[in-house]
Amino acid sequence: MTEKKLLLTGNEAAVLGAIAAGAKIMFGYPITPATEILQGWIGKADKSDELQYLQTEDEIAAGFGVLGAVLAGEIAFTASAGPGHVLLQDPLSMAENLRLPFVGIMMQRGGPSTGTVNFSQQEVNLAAFGGNGDGIRLVYSASSVLEMYTLTQEAFQMAWRYRFPTILLGDGYLGKMKTVVELPADRADVKAEPILKEVSESTNIRNCYSSEADLAEVLQKNLADWNHARKSLVLSESYELDGAETVIVAHGLVASAAKDAVSILRKSGVKIGLFRPITLHPFDTEVLKKAVAKAKKVMIFESSLNQLARIVKYELADQKVNYEEVSKPAEGFTAAEIIKAVKGK
Amino acid sequence: MENIAPISWKKSSKPHLFCPGCGHGIVLKQLGYAFDEMKIARDVTFGIDIGCSLLAWNFFDADTIQTHHGRTTSVMVGYKMAKPERIALAYMGDGGGYAIGLQALLHAAYRNNPVTVILVNNENYAMTGGQSSPTTPVGMVTSTSPNGKRAEFGKGLHGPELISEIAAPNAYIARVSISNPIQLKITLKKAIENQVKNKVFSFVEVLSICPTNWKTNAKESFEILREAEKLYPIKEFTKEKEVEK
Ligand SMILES: Cc1ncc(C[n+]2csc(CCOP(=O)(O)OP(=O)(O)O)c2C)c(N)n1
Ligand code: SF4
Repeated sequence: MTEKKLLLTGNEAAVLGAIAAGAKIMFGYPITPATEILQGWIGKADKSDELQYLQTEDEIAAGFGVLGAVLAGEIAFTASAGPGHVLLQDPLSMAENLRLPFVGIMMQRGGPSTGTVNFSQQEVNLAAFGGNGDGIRLVYSASSVLEMYTLTQEAFQMAWRYRFPTILLGDGYLGKMKTVVELPADRADVKAEPILKEVSESTNIRNCYSSEADLAEVLQKNLADWNHARKSLVLSESYELDGAETVIVAHGLVASAAKDAVSILRKSGVKIGLFRPITLHPFDTEVLKKAVAKAKKVMIFESSLNQLARIVKYELADQKVNYEEVSKPAEGFTAAEIIKAVKGK
Repeated sequence: MENIAPISWKKSSKPHLFCPGCGHGIVLKQLGYAFDEMKIARDVTFGIDIGCSLLAWNFFDADTIQTHHGRTTSVMVGYKMAKPERIALAYMGDGGGYAIGLQALLHAAYRNNPVTVILVNNENYAMTGGQSSPTTPVGMVTSTSPNGKRAEFGKGLHGPELISEIAAPNAYIARVSISNPIQLKITLKKAIENQVKNKVFSFVEVLSICPTNWKTNAKESFEILREAEKLYPIKEFTKEKEVEK
């Protein structure tokens, strides 16, 4: 397959990924560092008869606009960050309960309202467990510009295949980072169809339940589908895990720094490897379990306070693990820093 | 004729669950007749809010989506973008439209999105047990205005007046009352026709009654409704705009 070489930012790659996946409508409200996704999409849509957009009055309208469009069978999405991601929990909760293929690309940022827009992984809890539901959502974390392209497609593909709301997380800086990437020619084949079916037997979808039993039936089914799909959904990268005595767990941009650190440390004979969850939710627990079985130490690096660590510890609850957590909320990591931490200096 | 249930009503969901004497029943009946007369039930996608309107989630033999409180307008705007050939209706209460969902409603009107919003104004938050709403008149006793609504909390939000200020001249905007079912039906038809023919925004506020929370019998309910009709004038706002031009 021929590949296309392009100089792209993560945000530009996300736009191309959405188009490659067949997305037709974007709804959005500007927020750094995700704004370029909206701008990039509008740039493409203005030159296309197929692509539509709506710059809404807020993220709530954007998220519910996405739900309206997907109910009609259109592949649609939004992109946001931080406080916008908070507002999107309202439509996400509806999507979670009604199993609507909502797709949101969230470029994480630090600070409650405005603040830093570079390194943050503080929206992991929000993405995976936010909203008034149980967290039946699919969450990806991209660690390179290329993955902003490939995982955007994966997000649409899985959202429509399994009908779970899906979030692609990027560390804010990833949206701005510009690199040469070779875009694979393979594209997602997303099969979308109207959820409000327009057939003679009308489709009546409700969001309210008259009894606990009624609601429980829906929730149990959603949970069963989630557990069933888990195996097909989980994605992770294992790097130098063979014989690793120290296993680093990191995602997003932190993982890309950790990968460099591992490669340098390996050259000097340190038995170390990296487990990088690509789906944060569900989590590729089986692979990590194997990796930690013989390890002496698991080091978790993240640009947030224990948000990844809590997931890891829950997933590995039945394992004896010696943990070391290196949390730097809303700050980035360099490979050198990680090497220092590994060496205990 | 008007005593026969509309054909577009879904038989399996009747008798409906609204309280006896509730205004929603009257609105949904006239809306059903409008669907029948226009032969559009198959072409309608009905979006309903949270509030007593939620009881209508399977009311019609028409595709229906129940959304979150105040979010119906946004859902139908998104839906209509994806399906311009369908008729997108958003049905809500005064809380859903004028409080939590006002921003979405105003912006849909401002952009002239081709959806039709039907807002049933019963001057209170009925579903949650009769709290004060933006349209509750001064002096009315509700569970959050136990001594009568104070003027400092607002003298009653006039939705169509507000919306017509920012809506495009070809948007159809009207206020009607359930006290005149024929006019109600005609108005609903006009609002829907405006979406179909002109592909623009339309809005109908329907003054309604809530005997349960008002704790009124039929006669008293209509007395309150008559007062509401004085506070909130029954008229079409679109024409006025055109005359102004
Ligand atoms: C975000 C949110 N806030 C509050 C509620 C609780 N709630 C449900 S219905 C309702 C008020 C409904 O009033 P209105 O929209 O006027 O409709 P009515 O019941 O009077 O027909 C409220 C506040 C909710 N469901 N969601
Ligand atoms: S509470 Fe009021 S608005 Fe709700 S169904 Fe009963 S009468 Fe109708």
